[in-house]
Amino acid sequence: MRFPLLGALLLLLLVACDNPETTSLPGVEQALTPEYGDTFIEASIGDASTLLPVLASDSASSDINGLLYNGLVRYDKNLVIEGELAESWQISEDNLTITFKLRKNVKWHDGVPFTSADVKFNYELYIDPHTPTAYAESFKQVTSVEAPDPYTFIVHYDKPYAPALISWGMSVHPKHLLEGQDVTKSPLARKPVGTGPYKLVEWQSGEKIVLESNPDYFEGQPYIKRVVYRIIPDTATQFLELQTGSLDFMGLSPLQYDRQTDTAAFRRLYNKYRYLNFGYTYLGYNLRRPLFQDKRVRKALSFAINKQEIIDGVLLGYGVAATGPYKPDTWVYNPNVPRYDYNPEKARALLAESGWSDSDNDGILDKDGQKFSFVIVTNQGNDLRSKTGEIIQRRFKDIGVEVKLRVIEWATFLKEFINPGNFDATILGWSGGPEPDQYNIWHSSKTGPRQLNFIKFENAEVDKLLEEGRRVFDQQQRKAYYDRFQEVLAEEQPYTFLYVGEALPAISKRFRGVDPAPAGIRYNFTEWFVPKAEQKYSR
Amino acid sequence: MLQYLVKRLLLLIPLLIGITLISFVVIHLAPGEPTDLQTQMNPQASAELQERLRVQYGLDQPLYVQYGKWLSRLLQLDFGESFATDRRPVFDKVTERLPVTILLNILSIVLILAVSVPLGIISAVKRNSGFDRTTTVFVFAGFAMPSFWLALLLMDWFGVRLGLLPISGLKSLGYEYLGWGGQLLDRLSHLILPIFVSAIGGLAGFSRYMRSNMLEVVRQDYILTARAKGLSERVVIYKHALRNALLPVITILGLSVPGLIGGSVIFETIFAIPGMGKLFYDGVMMRDYPLIMGILVMGAVLTLLGNLLADISYALADPRIRHSQQGEG
Repeated sequence: MRFPLLGALLLLLLVACDNPETTSLPGVEQALTPEYGDTFIEASIGDASTLLPVLASDSASSDINGLLYNGLVRYDKNLVIEGELAESWQISEDNLTITFKLRKNVKWHDGVPFTSADVKFNYELYIDPHTPTAYAESFKQVTSVEAPDPYTFIVHYDKPYAPALISWGMSVHPKHLLEGQDVTKSPLARKPVGTGPYKLVEWQSGEKIVLESNPDYFEGQPYIKRVVYRIIPDTATQFLELQTGSLDFMGLSPLQYDRQTDTAAFRRLYNKYRYLNFGYTYLGYNLRRPLFQDKRVRKALSFAINKQEIIDGVLLGYGVAATGPYKPDTWVYNPNVPRYDYNPEKARALLAESGWSDSDNDGILDKDGQKFSFVIVTNQGNDLRSKTGEIIQRRFKDIGVEVKLRVIEWATFLKEFINPGNFDATILGWSGGPEPDQYNIWHSSKTGPRQLNFIKFENAEVDKLLEEGRRVFDQQQRKAYYDRFQEVLAEEQPYTFLYVGEALPAISKRFRGVDPAPAGIRYNFTEWFVPKAEQKYSR
Repeated sequence: MLQYLVKRLLLLIPLLIGITLISFVVIHLAPGEPTDLQTQMNPQASAELQERLRVQYGLDQPLYVQYGKWLSRLLQLDFGESFATDRRPVFDKVTERLPVTILLNILSIVLILAVSVPLGIISAVKRNSGFDRTTTVFVFAGFAMPSFWLALLLMDWFGVRLGLLPISGLKSLGYEYLGWGGQLLDRLSHLILPIFVSAIGGLAGFSRYMRSNMLEVVRQDYILTARAKGLSERVVIYKHALRNALLPVITILGLSVPGLIGGSVIFETIFAIPGMGKLFYDGVMMRDYPLIMGILVMGAVLTLLGNLLADISYALADPRIRHSQQGEG
């Protein structure tokens, strides 16, 4: 939660590791043979809350759980689904049944073999009404499951459900340790037992979490012996620690990346990487407010915002303009939607067309005696958002729209503003993953209290497209639906899509095998290694 | 004396209940519930989950029922379980953070006393001298300086540039493998910066206080008498004046007892120290009611006991008070 992006389509975090046989290491490093040993130290701004993935919803816990547990499937480096605990799978002709063949050589960290009974138990665990999990939704689409033999697992659906396959990428918990117990009181929350490449050795609350490589991991023991998460809540402190070389990984802020790491000393120790994040920041309009019901007004506001100026000013150029809810380098992204490049004349014209004019010459537009004036709310603790708000405020003033900006503490923000729909416009962000289903955010059935379509966007065509989009499995067919979905959003402008930021990690040069890909940078962590001569920590 | 003590202790009970009642109501007045924060804005979480969590946490019941339940558990010394996803007992969460917080606070108070008492005395004795003025400027600069800024400067200087001291945390990575002496040295080196930074802000108050006490006492008739007896200035100041000037310090020490378990969020955040301040702050941000209440109750008990302790030690140290109480009681 470095930039507390809303939401947590944590599916992204399942991207943990890759198959060692299939990867070749890039460039000069090809000459080096991977060697075992050394410790990878990174910092987290918050402590993990629980190491039971079914209960965890914070990013610190999810990061660590990604190394401790496996799912049946995962995304590979190019975001194509591949088997993890499942060796292979088959989807029936009617798209209603998935049959997984499970790997046979997998053991839990305590030595007990992993079987289909564990998978079946997991399904039951996730949908159990007594389990307070945030991940039950996709499993509720399942009608029944079967485990005919220890290495076969079959799932049935009554309607085709496209996100079905990747939903089985959710972490699998050990049946033999959890069955018949209250999961919220399980000791596994602090002493996890998974199947993953690393095991927990030590957890000192608020201080550090230490993992050690699993020698019996089914894809082979990872090269890096230990992974240490130090809890350092302040990013300035993290950055100082990084400069002394005591951290091996840190996600830098644009300022740190651009201005503060351009020294010989830093370059000697670290490689810097940059790639686009999943997730975007937007200005969302409350469509129940009369002010924003005219599409031309929303379009005018989009034209009045200079997205590039925000990217340059707030992200120092480390980002791209967003045109819709998808990341520009993914298959689902539609590059041909109408763009709203900065054009104040067009904005003024559109506003005039919808009846707004400055009749009293006070510099603010009015209509029927009402001034064009509204409040943008955003949450405290995210500097990027409040700065974005200030830039937008100035641009809106240029076209005669008066905006006040209010920054509010998160809990209050949700309770008093977002939940009761008591806001004009809001600057927020969504984080996402490769799965394009956006039903929960845009479908008109999701406009109820505490639901995610809190701007109350209701569009019959979008409803239909979202329903169809989750019913077909073929990527080309799905793309047709989501392309049109993006067109409608671009035309309607319920949000002004602002920007997609970049991830800017710095990684110690000791580590080889780092290979940024569409899946990010950590997907092949189990293949990273340090040549013996450069290993820094012997224990 | 004993009777007085019992009376005071009994009076604490209604006071404590009043404090918990007000705290309980006030924290529930803050908008937002823990369940909102745990489930909202998560595309995967349903509205039923939220309802289920509210029932699990007992948030669906009226406030007075919640308070009654909480109070009856408290009477059995059970602080309940945290609302955070780990659902750990509040007592465990607090006690694992107490040792570090108390250690830091004690060391910092010791440092403050060790520096500010002599500073105050000398400033008083040599009132308006160059020394007095310099220390005044110094302690007020320390008081006015934002601690996070000072901390970052020192970390950059001693940690990054000079490489003399560790930047954050309490122990180095290979701590377990160090010998006995190495471990001690490692711990100490991690404590130097935090203690220095936390003490520097407290110097001003204490040394000023000491100075004005001393000035007050030096003006008293008995000091004049002592001087008239022909005692040396040393004996006058350090024996006759100091003892009396130190009396009010007892009160201050008593009042700082609750401060021992308190911590500063900013300070703990910067030095990455898992202390009480951060725990409480995170608890408030997450609306973790049992945790907030637990810490508040412990703080309240310590404040009340600290006051009582201060009164008692005052009575023990100052015959005037002791006698007047006996007269009453």
